[in-house]
Amino acid sequence: MRKGLFYGLLFTSPAILGFIIFTLGPMIASLVLSLTDYNVFKEQTSFIGFQNYSRMFSGEDELFFKSLGVTFYFVILRVPAVIILSFCIAMLLNMNVRGRAIFRTIIYLPSIVPAVASAMIWMWLLNPDLGLINSVLSWLHLPTSNWLYAENSVIPSVVLTTLWGIGSTVIIFLAGLSGISKQYYEAIDVDGGGWYSKLRHITIPMVTPTIFFNTIMTIIGSFQVFNEAYILTEGGPNNQSLFYVFYLWRTGFRDTEMGYASALAWILFIVIMFFTFIVFKTSKSWVHYEGGERT
Amino acid sequence: MRQSKLSLGSGYAALIVISLLFIVPFVWLIRSSLMDLSQIFTMPPEWIPRPFHWENFHKALTVLPFDTFFTNTLIIVASVLVGTVLTSSIAAFGFSRIVWKGRDTVFAILMTSMMLPAAVTIIPSFLGWKMFGFYDTYYPLIVPAYFGGGIFNIFLLRQFYLTIPRDFDEAAFVDGATYLQIYMRIILPLSRSAVIVVALFSFLASWNDFMGPLIYLKSDRLFTLALGLQMFQGSYTAQWDLLMAASAAVVLPCVIVFLIGQRYFLEGITLSGLKG
Repeated sequence: MRKGLFYGLLFTSPAILGFIIFTLGPMIASLVLSLTDYNVFKEQTSFIGFQNYSRMFSGEDELFFKSLGVTFYFVILRVPAVIILSFCIAMLLNMNVRGRAIFRTIIYLPSIVPAVASAMIWMWLLNPDLGLINSVLSWLHLPTSNWLYAENSVIPSVVLTTLWGIGSTVIIFLAGLSGISKQYYEAIDVDGGGWYSKLRHITIPMVTPTIFFNTIMTIIGSFQVFNEAYILTEGGPNNQSLFYVFYLWRTGFRDTEMGYASALAWILFIVIMFFTFIVFKTSKSWVHYEGGERT
Repeated sequence: MRQSKLSLGSGYAALIVISLLFIVPFVWLIRSSLMDLSQIFTMPPEWIPRPFHWENFHKALTVLPFDTFFTNTLIIVASVLVGTVLTSSIAAFGFSRIVWKGRDTVFAILMTSMMLPAAVTIIPSFLGWKMFGFYDTYYPLIVPAYFGGGIFNIFLLRQFYLTIPRDFDEAAFVDGATYLQIYMRIILPLSRSAVIVVALFSFLASWNDFMGPLIYLKSDRLFTLALGLQMFQGSYTAQWDLLMAASAAVVLPCVIVFLIGQRYFLEGITLSGLKG
């Protein structure tokens, strides 16, 4: 099959080259950069070993821990919210209702809205004085909020705006749900179980692979949130929404400290890998694969 | 599955409420874009513009050169689309229909790049493009699409190609067809819907990209719609009517493309995206 190897490599060469040029190469370069004090405005660049990293962890750079904390808080709030909400919506969409295609389209639609436009809409909706949400709340005599403009509500508010875009997660859940064989449910019907035992003993176990996939993707995505910080909050108020990637961008491209920013990027990579690894590790105890149970 | 009338009824109710919540921001956007400032701020909020201020769109789109931004975005999106579809579909063919040693290992290595945060590669990539004199041009935004078009798209197409029976290729082989002919005449036509999904994904990703243009573009005349809108927001903070009109104009093309292709889109994600 030598011919196969030649053609195989020929067909995949753009992708392999792309990986080397645009992923592997920059990765190595970024690792090297993170060990230097490269700054666009400085004449000389020198190799400084792990000083960038010790600058982060020694507490010299307060904003490092600040942005890490902000991002963790965001991830902890957002991931369960996205997973639970999209699961529930997918369950509803999986019911035998008329007009499923319309509901599905409506729920998916916001996830295609450009981040800048979506930010603009939400800034307007969440405006403390003129926004629709506060108007409705005060009309109902409910407490209003400063949303994006108060230190304690800014992160939950950003989470709220991103929930508008959960459509793609919903669709993936829907795919998982529609793959469950109806026979399982019929068995429960015969046994006289209600919707709760169906949910508990069939639906949830059968969609655990989808829950697993969505959780990993949502964690990876949430750690990398950038547009919202850049457009909605600019990191404020009082750095309370200084998302990690926004801080990294600011350090690298505004303050031009690209060596230090590369070190920041590597820490993010390690953090994401760590959490992905944890989810992978624990998945063995809660993710059920249909084929795996036969052994 | 049997469903009681009660649960079906409450399911309907819940779906309607959720759909309303999802659609209200759109409606709010459209209604605000067609009102004058005084009506926008009336309390309690009004939903129907009176009269309809269609000129908001004209005003919003002419204070900044949105026609240029639109053309720029189209150039980038079209170039990215062609590159992505071309190279991801051919790579997926190489990873699924040709048997070669080390194929699955190479594919697995490429797949790891999906987990890599863009932040890790963004600084060296930026410096690299700048070093070769391509800062403030479209090359950094377009060229990577011609090198594989993104591993996710390759993955999606590969999953799809794998569902096509092998006998097709073998029959063609016997007739003396080359790999390229098999790809062009058999696999590609059979995968039309998956290719459309990739094209749509690529359209939306490129249309909505914000960080890329933000980092690589400096001159206003090269700006994309996303950057233009952000610039607009910076300079017309209090002009909510115009801001909403400009936002609506940026959202609309996306929505239209989605609605045209949504049949493939949603099926593509559910059918080829996750079958392991």
